[in-house]
Amino acid sequence: MAILRVKDVSKRFGGLKALTDVNLNVEENSVHAIIGPNGAGKSTLLNCLVGKLMPDTGSVLFDNNSVLGLEPYQINQMGISRVFQTPEIFGELTVMENMLIPIFAMRDGAFRMHAYETIANEKDIVEQAEAMLEEMNMADKREMHAASLSRGDKRRLEIGMCLSQNPRLLLLDEPTAGMARADTNNTIDLLKQIKDERDITIAIIEHDMHVVFSLAERITVLAQGTPLVEDTPENIRGNPKVREAYLGEAA
Amino acid sequence: MLGLNKKDTSLLIIVGILTLLAPFILNPFPSDSAMAQFNAGYPDLMQRFVIFGIFAIGFNILFGLTGYLSFGHAAFLGVGSYSAVWMFKLLSYNVIPAIALSVVVAGLFSLLIGFVSLRRSGIYFSILTLAFAQMSFALAYSVLSNPKFNLTNGETGLQVYADDPQILQGANAPDLPHLFGLPMRATYTLDVGAWSFDFNAGYYLCAVVMMVVFYLAIRIFRSPFGMMLRAVKSNQQRMNYTGLNSKPYTLAAFVISGMYAGLAGGLMAAMDPLAGAERMQWTASGEVVLMTILGGTGTLIGPVLGAGFIKYFENIFSKINDNVLHSWFAFLPDGLEDAVVFLIHPFIGKGWHLTLGILFMLVVIYLPGGLVEGGQRLMKWFKRKKSGTDDAPSGKTEPAE
Repeated sequence: MAILRVKDVSKRFGGLKALTDVNLNVEENSVHAIIGPNGAGKSTLLNCLVGKLMPDTGSVLFDNNSVLGLEPYQINQMGISRVFQTPEIFGELTVMENMLIPIFAMRDGAFRMHAYETIANEKDIVEQAEAMLEEMNMADKREMHAASLSRGDKRRLEIGMCLSQNPRLLLLDEPTAGMARADTNNTIDLLKQIKDERDITIAIIEHDMHVVFSLAERITVLAQGTPLVEDTPENIRGNPKVREAYLGEAA
Repeated sequence: MLGLNKKDTSLLIIVGILTLLAPFILNPFPSDSAMAQFNAGYPDLMQRFVIFGIFAIGFNILFGLTGYLSFGHAAFLGVGSYSAVWMFKLLSYNVIPAIALSVVVAGLFSLLIGFVSLRRSGIYFSILTLAFAQMSFALAYSVLSNPKFNLTNGETGLQVYADDPQILQGANAPDLPHLFGLPMRATYTLDVGAWSFDFNAGYYLCAVVMMVVFYLAIRIFRSPFGMMLRAVKSNQQRMNYTGLNSKPYTLAAFVISGMYAGLAGGLMAAMDPLAGAERMQWTASGEVVLMTILGGTGTLIGPVLGAGFIKYFENIFSKINDNVLHSWFAFLPDGLEDAVVFLIHPFIGKGWHLTLGILFMLVVIYLPGGLVEGGQRLMKWFKRKKSGTDDAPSGKTEPAE
């Protein structure tokens, strides 16, 4: 069953058609990659899914509920977590606090005036955060300021923060952009592990073909704001249209 | 203790002891010595230390935690003062209802202003709050002071007149602000040898109130709510994509800090039952910004230190005049004495702002963490000297600001 259905979505910025009639279904518990050359509309599409942009036409259904017109925090509360191209974390806060915040948000919702409670008394939440740090292999860094982490650790922390909310859909926006090969491979391993161990759907926007072909089960190729083909990685590799539009110079 | 960790408890206890013993600590010089003018232990100034301490603690909850720089907090202080004086006029000179009303009214007023101003962030937010505060000032100064509807009594300032209702004022109650019969001006002077120490009822009321709100501020800082406020400052994007709505968090912080300001305003009126529009002017809003930054933004004790520092300068430095300088430098040859006095002259008396400005610049440039950072550096330096070795620097990073 498709957990995310994008239907006839179009978006234009002035005279520029960023997206034209995009149709896309992401199956539950799959890893779906969206690839395409620069300017194909990948980021615009993603921003339409998370509430940052409002498409001009079309619909976006998550688990049969429309997400259009909702604020990012409402969409997150529905079960969609987003990992950004450059890790978005709370730099001035400690690693532990970074991990506590999403878990508090899960339990207490978008706002709660818990001004007279102490964090240490919230034993359940602290335990969950510690377990997640353990899972991310970051337990020894819990008191560090998140801003002082290495690039790879920031990415791990961000993914851990998203996972701590048990999202049904994890959106990743070029998770390995600007990373060294070793960090890229670590991130791939981490994502593989997440895929194997959890009931989670992963949608990934990526430039790096190495990442795409090591992870994805389905691939959608976007070109000039419209989906060119959607298929398995094996078939995408052999598809002449894709080669022409995108892989041409690389393959 | 009281739900605080060890470090915060000891901080609270130290601050408590310092405020209780302030009449001694602030009067270190014998009252007829030449240094007596540096004594700050007289009731009026001590009251101002703690009242502006409260103001700055509240401001720091907004600015220090969320990073939203309000340039209009004096409006809430002024509203608090007006509310308190109105309570004196209508009910009685008892300070409890006056202070309670000032907190409530300032809270409602800040809810309104915050709701509008927080639609923007950064510099636009600051400008919006500034505009609101100046509008409030104009309202208080002229618009709301006409014969038909006189809410603020304009330029003269709001005060209690003999023909005011004061419906709850008993026949025997003191004719000035009091706490269930104890006048705020009541002062007991203790003379020990050449020293004299003043114990003032109003000061101790303010001090107790400050201890309570300081405790509440610590609780807020350490609470999940406080953590969310720091998250607002750190990364609103991540916050929104983590399922948190940052707007009610910032609005709550704004209202809390507005209530602190209202409380400070109410206490000011309780010490001296008069409320003037100049309390709402933008310079007053700027002052609390200076206090917070000077003391240490986002630290617990910083704003109190900053408030004390600025109020001390305002009241002590501004009293030094040329005559005092001449008496200090009388040992120099005449020509040299005049030259020295001429050089120092711009920095004292009415020029105290110049001294303050220079100090402020030095602090911001060399101690971005304010006086608190200065204290921490001194402590580190002493520790290193004591142990005689150069310990490895601790892994803690300096707060970025």
